[in-house]
Amino acid sequence: MKIPCPLCGARDSREFSYLGHAGLLDRPAPDAGDAAWDDYLHNRDNPAGVTEDLWSHDYGCAAWVVVTRNTATHGILSSRLAKDGAA
Amino acid sequence: MVKLTPTDPCADLLPVEHGHAVLRAVAPTDMWLVAPYNGKAKAAAKAAQKLVGQGWPDPGQGALSDGRGLLFFGHAHALLVGVAPSKDLMKSAAVTDQSDAWAVVDLSGDAARDVLARVTPLDVRPAAFGPGQCARCDIAHMQGAIVCLAPQQFRLMVFRSMAKTLVHDVTVAMESVAALGKTA
Ligand SMILES: [Zn+2]
Repeated sequence: MKIPCPLCGARDSREFSYLGHAGLLDRPAPDAGDAAWDDYLHNRDNPAGVTEDLWSHDYGCAAWVVVTRNTATHGILSSRLAKDGAA
Repeated sequence: MVKLTPTDPCADLLPVEHGHAVLRAVAPTDMWLVAPYNGKAKAAAKAAQKLVGQGWPDPGQGALSDGRGLLFFGHAHALLVGVAPSKDLMKSAAVTDQSDAWAVVDLSGDAARDVLARVTPLDVRPAAFGPGQCARCDIAHMQGAIVCLAPQQFRLMVFRSMAKTLVHDVTVAMESVAALGKTA
């Protein structure tokens, strides 16, 4: 599998490490309350279709990358730098 | 005053030659990691231009002329090679001396790309990786960097503590390519 890094181009998946769903970028405010924090920490959608994940290009540019993929087709659709914020 | 002598971690291991590829040690030189401060990217690029004659490298770019240059070295870093940072550059960027932190070797010869293909998943075909390009990438499972110096000449870098592993893995790749007996 190859993952498209926005800086380095298509690279072998072994150069990356996986963190989890890109929703981790939307961190609740410290005082957002138990429900918001419970949701942020524990609840994940499990879509049959398009989803976004966070990958770190450890062996390359060391950037965090948001990768959009389709869980049903295994297609990788696009990628962007996590530091550029939410879509 | 005590004068410390720079030592090359690969000096006792190289050169190695098999078939149409040679691996040579590269004499230690200045290497500085450069990270522009917030909002100072333009000033850092200008200072770099003055120092090495080239501005901030685009992703995947990096060239050395007379052993000097500025290489793409990550999403927020460049590596200054062959010269110490100027006062101007230090005003606009955080700099870290990395001169003794890397094992640096040159791989050259007609079989160099075939050898590289065995130690990195990077696309090393001439159209994808040519002179003036620099990649942070996996080298034999080490977090390294490769600079294409000439069509058949590459500079490989890994963390200094992994010098022996680098020489070992590249040597095995050179032997394997040579064993195929292809004449280049
Ligand atoms: Zn990258």
